[in-house]
Amino acid sequence: MSAVIEGHHDDHHHGPAKGITRWLYTTNHKDIGSLYLWFSFIMLFIGGAMAMVIRAELFEPGSQIVSPEFYNQMVTNHGLIMVFGVIMPAFVGLANWLIPMQIGAPDMALPRLNNLSFWILPAAFGVLLATFFMEGGAPNFGWTFYAPLSTEYAPPTVTYFIFAVHIMGASSIMGSINVITTILNMRAPGMTLMKMPLFVWSWLITAYLLIAVMPVLAGAVTMMLMDIHFGTSFFKAGGGGDPVLFQHIFWFFGHPEVYIMILPAFGIVSHIIETFSRKPIFGYDSMVYAIASIALLSFVVWAHHMFTVGMPIAGELFFMYSTMLIAIPTGVKVFNWLSTMFKGSLTFETPMLFAIAFVALFTIGGLSGLMLAIAPADFQYHDTYFVVAHFHYVLVPGALFSIIAAVYYWLPKWTGYMYDEFMGKTHFWLSFVSVNLTFFPMHFVGLAGMPRRIPDYAMQFADYNMIVSVGAFLFGLSQLLFLYVVLKAIFYGKKATGQVWEGAQGLEWTLDSPPAYHTFETPPNLEAGEAKG
Amino acid sequence: MSSIKKSVSKLFLATIGMFLFGFALVPIYDVFCEITGLNGKVTGPTFSEYEDIGNREIKITFTTTNNNGMPWFFDSDRSQMKVKTGEQNLMSYVFTNTTEKPMIAQAIPSVSPGKGAQYFHKTECFCFEQQYLEPGESISIPLKFVIDPDLPADISSLALGYTLFDITKDQMTKQASN
Repeated sequence: MSAVIEGHHDDHHHGPAKGITRWLYTTNHKDIGSLYLWFSFIMLFIGGAMAMVIRAELFEPGSQIVSPEFYNQMVTNHGLIMVFGVIMPAFVGLANWLIPMQIGAPDMALPRLNNLSFWILPAAFGVLLATFFMEGGAPNFGWTFYAPLSTEYAPPTVTYFIFAVHIMGASSIMGSINVITTILNMRAPGMTLMKMPLFVWSWLITAYLLIAVMPVLAGAVTMMLMDIHFGTSFFKAGGGGDPVLFQHIFWFFGHPEVYIMILPAFGIVSHIIETFSRKPIFGYDSMVYAIASIALLSFVVWAHHMFTVGMPIAGELFFMYSTMLIAIPTGVKVFNWLSTMFKGSLTFETPMLFAIAFVALFTIGGLSGLMLAIAPADFQYHDTYFVVAHFHYVLVPGALFSIIAAVYYWLPKWTGYMYDEFMGKTHFWLSFVSVNLTFFPMHFVGLAGMPRRIPDYAMQFADYNMIVSVGAFLFGLSQLLFLYVVLKAIFYGKKATGQVWEGAQGLEWTLDSPPAYHTFETPPNLEAGEAKG
Repeated sequence: MSSIKKSVSKLFLATIGMFLFGFALVPIYDVFCEITGLNGKVTGPTFSEYEDIGNREIKITFTTTNNNGMPWFFDSDRSQMKVKTGEQNLMSYVFTNTTEKPMIAQAIPSVSPGKGAQYFHKTECFCFEQQYLEPGESISIPLKFVIDPDLPADISSLALGYTLFDITKDQMTKQASN
């Protein structure tokens, strides 16, 4: 470990370089963390703008604002950007900022690789967004890009899409290799695996999931590329291939992928709840085992996304029961969060509000997932707005709320300035009300049979859709307030202390706010009896 | 430093391994479908003769579908027949190229219910064979099949569907890339 630190001797007591090259050439985990977070913030507004177009079109039945073709492009790119451009980079950004500080390491294990894995991301999304200005328009086959929609019937820009997915995948894989290598090799002396902060644990497991499934996604898009351009027939029924095979390969990636987007959230929320309950997390060990078992189970449930393709009954039963099994470790986690709060000295600062909302609303999303897991019932729910309601509940008030909570929680640490608590709480209540206004009625229209991915709908869904659209516009505007709160904190915030929060535990809070450009060049000694995070 | 190198090389190998595993899923899936009859997948011609011709009568329905944009005429002689398990049966299909240009087509079979697929043995068929026809040309191709006497008792009827695909363009790309 000491060898790693010696490698940094040259720039030991230097601050960051000046100008744009600081950001282009940086190998500093804090700089790269900020880059990831700002990138994700920008993509949030781009993907969000697409959601606004979708909701404007669905405000009333009938076709009014955009053509159905453009609507499909909006739906597809909204999904792709939110998944690969917002949630995933935001978590990687948090990992960059926090993992070295939480385990007492001077930086990530592979700083140059870190720089590369960030800087290819804007290239990937540049390629993806450029397809809007090309002949045939942007990808229009849904974020799940099922063959043959994405092969035989795809616009010519699908090749750019495939290239973009390859780059995003490479970025994620490099990021994961970096995270695992850092965690396994660079922990401060005395920090055993079972003393690691839960955010670090959740990211360690997430990184393994990424390494297991991102290459499979790369394989899937490579097969698409070969089907389109080189005359192979992986997914072409006419040549002896099988389009259903695509769905199996896609969801073999896709289901672990949805846990990639939620496991780091579990870690974040655990830290915030223990801080504002002023109690250590209840059942630390069971939290770790729960994350690990959720991750393992995620590999054997993928076909629950495709109950309606015509599986043998044994297959339906297997995937139904294995899916339901996931409710057990997830239930353990929710129980532990509630038990941590039980009889704690609770205060309700903005990060805590978002964390509590996460627990409540993520559980709603989990329960609708349990309903969808029931194979016979799924034939009714499949491809309706019920599914849209389900995954937005786990991804927006789930993953996104956890990221917002993390930003409020660690922003004073990163920048050295407190955000405006009143504005933060306003942002929370606006987001909380509007997110439910947006996604809750989707359950009702979904159960009543409104199909997803359609730019028009039957008259009986009109009222609910209008409510949903109003909620969505409000939610979109609330996030502009979030941007304002963050900027105000950076430029006009009050100085924050090193500890920031009264109940905050963990190595990052022993540093100054903001931390020096290089921290923990000498690893902290945990054997002296410092508590785990 | 060497411990970091070790971690990185292990993880890099795992990445390569999972990329290959993605491709390995293709044959794994085919084998899995064959065993379970998933998707009503059927194998190519197999030779099987049964000594005991059963007395169970099974209703076979023949369906033909043209895939999107395929202009050919494609149909079976009859749409239904009753057969005895273990007995050799014959059915023929007519293909006509109704267009002005030569085309290559391929018919892909599927048996429903999928559970019965592995008991539907074709002893002679045109499955997975490419069919080239000149403009206006017509051809009749026989299909010989046997229903396995081991067919589960709860299946009393089977449907054999063929979907005809236009693969002219794919064949061109393949030749071009060769």
